[in-house]
Amino acid sequence: MANNHLTSESKQLATWYFTFAAILFGAQLLFGLVAAIQYVMPGFLFEIIDFSIARILHINALVVWMVFAMFGSVYWLLPDETGIETVGIKIGKLLFWIFAAAIVVVVLVYLLVQVGPADETTIWFITEGREYIEAPRWADFGIVVVALGFVGNLFLTGMKGKQTGIVTVLMADMIAFSGLYLAGMFFTDNISVDQYWWWWVIHLWVEATWEVFVGAIAAYGLITMLGAHRKTVEMWLWIEVSMLFGSGILGMGHHYFWIGTPEYWWEIGALFSALEPLPLVAMFIHVLYDWGKTQGEQNAQGKDVSVINNKPAFTWFVLNAFGNFLGAGIWGFFHTLPQVNLYTHGTQFTSAHGHLAFFGAYATILIGMMYMGIQGSNGIKVMKNTKASIWAVSLITSGVVGMTVSLTIAGYVQVLVSRAQMGATWAAYFDGQSGMWFTQAMDWRLFMGAVTFAGFLFLIKDFLSTGKDAQHEH
Amino acid sequence: MANKSVWSDNRFWQRSAAWVTGFASVLLIWLTFDTSAQISMGNDADLKNGVTKRVPGPTVINYKITYEMDTKRGHEVPVIGGKEKFFGRDDYSEEEAGALLHLGKLGSQAKNCMDCHTLLGNGAYYAPDLTKSWLDPAWGPEGSLQAMTGKNTREEAMAEFLQHPSQYPTHERMMPNLGITAEEAKGLVAFLKHMSSIDTNGFPRNFGKIQGAVHGK
Repeated sequence: MANNHLTSESKQLATWYFTFAAILFGAQLLFGLVAAIQYVMPGFLFEIIDFSIARILHINALVVWMVFAMFGSVYWLLPDETGIETVGIKIGKLLFWIFAAAIVVVVLVYLLVQVGPADETTIWFITEGREYIEAPRWADFGIVVVALGFVGNLFLTGMKGKQTGIVTVLMADMIAFSGLYLAGMFFTDNISVDQYWWWWVIHLWVEATWEVFVGAIAAYGLITMLGAHRKTVEMWLWIEVSMLFGSGILGMGHHYFWIGTPEYWWEIGALFSALEPLPLVAMFIHVLYDWGKTQGEQNAQGKDVSVINNKPAFTWFVLNAFGNFLGAGIWGFFHTLPQVNLYTHGTQFTSAHGHLAFFGAYATILIGMMYMGIQGSNGIKVMKNTKASIWAVSLITSGVVGMTVSLTIAGYVQVLVSRAQMGATWAAYFDGQSGMWFTQAMDWRLFMGAVTFAGFLFLIKDFLSTGKDAQHEH
Repeated sequence: MANKSVWSDNRFWQRSAAWVTGFASVLLIWLTFDTSAQISMGNDADLKNGVTKRVPGPTVINYKITYEMDTKRGHEVPVIGGKEKFFGRDDYSEEEAGALLHLGKLGSQAKNCMDCHTLLGNGAYYAPDLTKSWLDPAWGPEGSLQAMTGKNTREEAMAEFLQHPSQYPTHERMMPNLGITAEEAKGLVAFLKHMSSIDTNGFPRNFGKIQGAVHGK
C-alpha cells in the first residue's frame, strides 16, 4: 500500500494498521488449516503444534487482526469526518509499533513455550488459558495502554474537530470496547465467576460494541462510496445503536444458561437474544435502501453511471450487510433458545455460527475498509473490480459458507448422537466424532478451508497490484 | 415553517439510543449483583449444614457427588451425599482443599485445557466436555478408562491419565503430553470434582445415564 497520495498522517497510520491486519489474517487462516487437518489426520504435528496451540493462534490472530483493522478504520475516517488531522498522531504511531511488537512476542511464546507450570508466572508470561483472551497478563496491560492511547486520540480529535454523529457513536463505542477488556484481566478459583466476567469481554465485544462499530463504519462507507445523505444515514445509525444495544446487552443472558448462574437467565437470554437479529435485518435493508435511493436519484437526472466510487470495497460492504444478518443473526438464532441450546451448547454448531458470524459481520467490512485504504493511497477516484478482486471475494465467500455448512452438519451429528442419544460422556463424545456424517463433514470443512485460503492469496495479490491497474479512474 | 416530525429528528433517535443503552446496562449491572451473590463459592460450614450452594466450597471433594433428576426443576442437579475418600482422605481442611482447587484451576489455564475441551460447555470442540467428567461412568469402578490405567479409584485413574495421556489412547485423536506433574494432576482432578458439583441448570442433559443407546440396547 503506497502512501504517496496520502497527505493525512492519520490515513498513513491507518494503512500501517491495515497492512499488519492483513498479515495476521493470513496467520489466522494458516493455523485454522492446521487445526482443520488435525480433525482429519489427528497425528499431524502431534506434540509439536497441538490442536490447542493451533486453535489459540487461529482465534487470537482473528481477534487481533480485527482490532488492528478497526483501529485502522477509525484513523482512516477521522480526518474525513472531523475535518482536521488526528490529534496525537505521533503517539498513535508509537503505539502502533508497541502493539505490533507485543503481538509478535505473544505469538512466539504461544508457539515456542506453549504451556507452563500451574502457577501465576504462566498466567503472567505464557498464557492465561481463557479462550479468545489467552494473551498473558503482561500483554493485557500493554493492550490497555495502547487502547487508552487510541481512545484518547479519538476523543481529542472528535472534540477539537467537527463531531459528526458517526464520530459521536464511535467515541462512545470505542471507550466501552476498551473498558470491557478490563473484565477479563483477573484470576479466580471459581469457574462460574470466571466465565461470568469472561463473557463480559467476549459477548459485549462481538454482540454489542463491535456490531455498533460496524454500523458506524457502514454509515461512513455509504456516505463516502455512494454519496448518501448524512442526515438519513446518521438517523439510521442511531436507530441501529438503540436496537443493537437494546437487544445485545441483555442478550448476554444466552451465555448464562449453563455456567452455574441462576435460571432467570433462561428467560432474559432467550427474549433478548431472539431480538438480536432484528437490527441486523435493519442494517441490511439500510445499505440496500441507500444504494438504490442514491442510484435512483442519479438515474433520474439522466446520468447512467454507477454511483459507487469503489467497487471492491462496496462489494465487501454489501456482503457484510447480508453476512452479518445470515451468520450472526440466523446462525445465532438457530441455537439461542435454552430448549435447543441445552443440546447444542459446546458442539460444532457453535463453531459453524462462529465462522459465518465473524466472517459476515466483521471480516467483510474490514476488508472493504482495506480497499478504501488502497483507493486513497493511490489517489484513485473510481476504483473498479479486477479479476483478482472477484476471485478473492468469490473464493473466500464460498469457502466460508462451505465450512459453515460442513460444521453445521457435524454439529447435528454431535447433538443427536453425543448429546441426545448418548448423554454427553467421554464415550458419547467419541461415538459422535467417529460417525460417518461427522468425519465426512470434517473432510469438507478442510477442503472449504483450503478454498478460503486460495481466495486469501487472490486478495493479497489484489491488494499489492490493484493500485497500479490502468482501468481505475484517477 | 412546517412542523418537523419527531420521527425524522436525529436528536430524538440519539436520545433514544442513549436511554435504551443506559436502561439495558443498568439492568445488566443490577442482575450482576444478584447473580454474583448466587454464584459466590460456598464454604465448609455450608456443606456440613446441608446448605445448597450453586457453587459449593472446595471441601466438596470430601463428599460423594451424584447427578440426579430433580422432578420439581425438571432436570438433573448435582447431589452432595455422604463422605467419600479422595486420594485416600476425606478430611481435607478448607485451606487444603482450597489450595488444591487453586492449583487445579491455575493448571486448567496454564495447560490451555479450554482450547481442546469445553468447560461448562465453553471452549473448543476437539475433545470431550469436562463439566461433569468426574461423574463419567468410564472413570468409575466398572469403567473402561479406570481399567485402562490399572488404578483402583476414580481420582487415581484420572490423575494417571493426565500425567501420561498419550500412553492411554481412547481414540485416534489423543491428548498430548503437557508436562503435568503428579501434584498438578491431583489439583486438576480436585478442580474437575469441584466443577461437577456446580449447579448447571441440568447441563449436560442425561449425563452418563444412557449407555449404548445407539446400538439399540
